[in-house]
Amino acid sequence: MTAQPTSEIVYRHTRIVRIAHWINALCFLLLLLSGLQIFNAHPMLYWGQAGANFDTPWLSIPGGFPDLLTLPNHRDLAAGRNWHFFFAWLLVINGALYIAFSLINRHFARDILPERSELKPRHLWEQIVHHAQFKRITGPAAKRYNTLQKLAYVAVIFVLFPLIIFTGLTMSPGFNAIAPIFLDIFGGRQSARSLHFIAANLLVAFLVIHLVEVVVAGAWNEIRSMITGRFTVPPAPAASEHTS
Amino acid sequence: MKDFLTRRKLLTGGTITLGGLALTGCDALSASPGFRNFLGTGEGLTMAAQRALMFGQPLAREFSERDISPVFKANGTKNPNTPAYNALATGNFNAWRLQIDGLVERPLSLSLADLRALPSRTQITRHDCVEGWSAIGKWQGAQLGPLLQSVGLKPKARFAVMHCADNYGGGADMYYESIDLIDGFHPQTILAYNLNGQPLDIAHGAPLRLRVERQLGYKHAKYLMRIEMVERLDTFGRGQGGYWEDRGYEWYAGI
Repeated sequence: MTAQPTSEIVYRHTRIVRIAHWINALCFLLLLLSGLQIFNAHPMLYWGQAGANFDTPWLSIPGGFPDLLTLPNHRDLAAGRNWHFFFAWLLVINGALYIAFSLINRHFARDILPERSELKPRHLWEQIVHHAQFKRITGPAAKRYNTLQKLAYVAVIFVLFPLIIFTGLTMSPGFNAIAPIFLDIFGGRQSARSLHFIAANLLVAFLVIHLVEVVVAGAWNEIRSMITGRFTVPPAPAASEHTS
Repeated sequence: MKDFLTRRKLLTGGTITLGGLALTGCDALSASPGFRNFLGTGEGLTMAAQRALMFGQPLAREFSERDISPVFKANGTKNPNTPAYNALATGNFNAWRLQIDGLVERPLSLSLADLRALPSRTQITRHDCVEGWSAIGKWQGAQLGPLLQSVGLKPKARFAVMHCADNYGGGADMYYESIDLIDGFHPQTILAYNLNGQPLDIAHGAPLRLRVERQLGYKHAKYLMRIEMVERLDTFGRGQGGYWEDRGYEWYAGI
């Protein structure tokens, strides 16, 4: 038995996944910053169809977010909207292509959707404990997405991004005339604006966890795998090799 | 472990530096007219997509009396306060006239009484400000479409330019707006003289304002004086088709 097993390199991410990932990352960052610019034009959120200064907001941030966090970094709603809608289109087109390719090449079925056995409470609990200890996953298990990772991706791809896109569209008076049913689904234009803001916050929460996990799993290896596709499988510790 | 921390520091530092550089770059790009035009392709895409999906001129949602906002926020100019406007207001707008001219066969001049005598449409709709707030109000007025038909549009007429009595913020530029014939002939596009059953007050655009319900608030020009039918918009203001459009906002304000 060799003391130092040679590290195994696997082809982890297809070209489509890599390109879609980085376009999505760029769009999300610019949409977030320009979104805060738009929010700052009326930094209050309401529930229902209507809502303005005389109504009671459920969230009010006097003065809005700091200019440093907005795009552009001074008050310019018109420019913020230009940025937001351009990159919203890019995000939607990129997302649609990603979903189409992932259905065709079975990326979703193979890599993203959890298997039935993974959803057993006992397995999920083990995963949660493992994650809470910030342990790096090693050996063959590192070649695949783990269950919590899969669930997070499912939530982002199939819940949060569709939610943020359709709540965004529901703020559009033109889209309201085309598809008024979304006003009923989300409970009105101001509710849609609130849900859009909440979905953005949840996506930021995902991003924070995502970046922490990248560091836990090995930042350079992870980032490189999303650029070149190649991933070095972290060797399992010698002790665990005996037990398995 | 030491290695791990160093890498993390490097990564964090690098990300912040890159982020900072990127944002500074974004602001520089924002200031560049060429790049703003490039970003503006999003507007063209939005307009093309929405117009393609608007089969049969769908209506904006209409609400019930109990949905009407207790206070309808007034925004933009709340009183034109020019000598000419003040004289009209003092006379209860009896001397006010709406001109409809430009590329039309039979230019028209209408008093408020003339407009009120025309068949009217009443609609309880949601007004959406570009800033993000909304208010619901009951509007009554004459539909623009039949009026445009009655003056007889010349074949080259493509846009209706709304000339207004106010200069926002007391500046040199008078407020103006423009819509195309698709919105001009939409059934909910009305010249409104009543809000919530009362004659329009000065803050909300007395004596007459445009309602173009599938677009944002700044398209709903207040203090209307003249509707000019034109072929092109580049000869008005700074050439973008409206007061706020001249200041960077989208001409197609359906989103």
